[in-house]
Amino acid sequence: MSGKLAENVMHFARVLRGAGLPVGPDKVIDALRALQVAGIERRDDFYWTLASVFLDKREQFELYDQAFHIFWRDPRMLERVMALFLPKVQGRVDEDQVPPARLAEALMPPPKPPGEHDEETPQEVELDAAFTVSDREVLQQADFETMTNEELAQAKRLIAELRLPIPLVRTRRLARDPHGIRVDMRASLRASLRSGADLIALERRSQTRRHPPLVVLCDISGSMSRYSRMFLHFLHAITNDRDRVYTFVFGTRLTNITRHLRHRDVDVALAHVADAVADWSGGTRIGTSLREFNLRWSRRVLGQNAVVLMITDGLDRDLGRDLGEEMERLHKSCRRLIWLNPLLRYEGFEPRPAGVRAMLPHVDAFLPAHNVASLVDLARALSGPARRAPARHGAPDGALETARGFA
Amino acid sequence: MNDAASALPRTIDDTLALLARADYVAERSLATAVFLSLRMGRPLFLEGEAGVGKTEIAKVLAATLGRRLVRLQCYEGLDVASAVYEWNYSRQMIEIRLAEAEGVKSREGLTEDIFSERFLIRRPLLQALEGDLAGPPVLLIDELDRTDEPFEAYLLEVLSDFQVTIPEIGTIRAEAPPIVVITSNRTREIHDAVKRRCLYHWVDYPNAERELEILRRKAPGAADQLSREVVAFVQRLRSMDLFKLPGVAETIDWTRALTELDRLALDPQVIHDTLGVLLKYQDDIARVQGSEAARILSEVKAEVAAQ
Repeated sequence: MSGKLAENVMHFARVLRGAGLPVGPDKVIDALRALQVAGIERRDDFYWTLASVFLDKREQFELYDQAFHIFWRDPRMLERVMALFLPKVQGRVDEDQVPPARLAEALMPPPKPPGEHDEETPQEVELDAAFTVSDREVLQQADFETMTNEELAQAKRLIAELRLPIPLVRTRRLARDPHGIRVDMRASLRASLRSGADLIALERRSQTRRHPPLVVLCDISGSMSRYSRMFLHFLHAITNDRDRVYTFVFGTRLTNITRHLRHRDVDVALAHVADAVADWSGGTRIGTSLREFNLRWSRRVLGQNAVVLMITDGLDRDLGRDLGEEMERLHKSCRRLIWLNPLLRYEGFEPRPAGVRAMLPHVDAFLPAHNVASLVDLARALSGPARRAPARHGAPDGALETARGFA
Repeated sequence: MNDAASALPRTIDDTLALLARADYVAERSLATAVFLSLRMGRPLFLEGEAGVGKTEIAKVLAATLGRRLVRLQCYEGLDVASAVYEWNYSRQMIEIRLAEAEGVKSREGLTEDIFSERFLIRRPLLQALEGDLAGPPVLLIDELDRTDEPFEAYLLEVLSDFQVTIPEIGTIRAEAPPIVVITSNRTREIHDAVKRRCLYHWVDYPNAERELEILRRKAPGAADQLSREVVAFVQRLRSMDLFKLPGVAETIDWTRALTELDRLALDPQVIHDTLGVLLKYQDDIARVQGSEAARILSEVKAEVAAQ
């Protein structure tokens, strides 16, 4: 392989890496080997050869495609990208020709902006010793909405300590257990041969248990804004506590923020989330967002008996249109659907809004979530039975009617 | 069988021809991935919606290359005993009884004896490591997303070294690595470590031209007019916001069903009666059935007439 091409492939890999694709040095070597095998006579073969080595998710494809065409064909495009970073504007750049910002950054990383933080980042919190028990109690009962910034900072620390004891579910995997109900023939035989006794003592196994996956759908619309910021802290705490937690936020559209929350440092994680989410504190379209979840994500994250935590006040701009159906579908595809509603704190709360009425028949548990204490209560709710038989309305009739067409 | 056996393809065009011989109409991008996987001895990781022909690739490769197909269907809780090997306990017990009846054997001798290959039951992964006269077999690990993480971790060892360690016997290594095809429906994300060892390809729905070609090969009895209309209809459905889009498998099934009903072209009544072959969710059927189907059909008729 000529040195120039190898070098270019390496540079291309670095561009991809810069754009966020997990392309390690091993992949570069693989790519060069693959090119030797496949040959470089045809452009499309070259394209697909590199794709099969560098990509491992479908989502990466678009970025790859653009990077490929920019890098390997059009050197002028590269200039245009660079022009974006020149201090002076040099003529107008065609709107649709401008490559995505992420790629632009990768091709030419801009200087890091000075560390900017959330306006609420605590200036340096007091020592925990100053934080007496009675303080804690007051704080636990205080509504997030009425807290001062300082109180919020303390609440955040309380929340960071929260753990979510979702009951373990039995898996189909077996492990050794003296009180198990299944006989482990292999271990029994080996043990008997070792001991040399005439009788074979039976060794036993039983099913192991593990957490079911947890999927969180959190409302970040205007009416929820005060709460959702706290919930994000809560979500960060539980995401880092255990595996298989998937987090989505929605206002008018749905955003998957699982990867952003994985960052250990809560402020960095939330800064990433803030960048990723476009519809902070806007309207709510619960039905549309749920539909998107059901279409694009439910089969990918609800597969293994997941528990779904839905955090919203149920105030829907679309007045609950399509919401009932989508909730029903969501409910039927998960192990347990729990709705946390900050509005439940009001004594006289009645499920009058159309959105709330559409959603209520399809949840297994409906709980308040407006202060730290209510989040602690959550733990108790989550340890409940797998599924209470919920009241179901309407659906079977419609299904029957259409099914008759096939008879 | 030996006639069908053939050497590995030498170019990407060869690969396309090879697949076409078994009536598999592949995109060039897929053929590239298959070719690289064969030449580089790396597992091929295929992801895509259900019914786009991921599993079929392994079958076709086994058939055209004349190799044995070893299939491992994944499910939750899949463990070493059902994926790799298991001891034949009843035979072992009989052996112990016999040895005791003869009353001669020492304990060590007996242990060595009953944990020997004679008593080993080979499961798919171990079978795939065994050589074959026709060449290394094709190992199909189907729907890997259905298993859990512990099995994935185990698979890593097998995929990187093509060897299996049995404590009582030792390490069994493949003389020549098998051709490995892994499929996933993406009901969960597979760990990056597995993907890293593989060549990745996302199998997409075919375009109209290719789908028509597939129909001609897979449902040769169908009338030309019917095939064209079916393809145009399905292609239109795929641009809709349905919960489950129809795959190629559904297209073929539908065409065969319509052929069984002696249809030469689509009409609203037959679509109404057979839509369940194509769409598998009640919501989707309810959405398409009736006026929507009629609208699509009129567009389809116009499009086919214009060809």
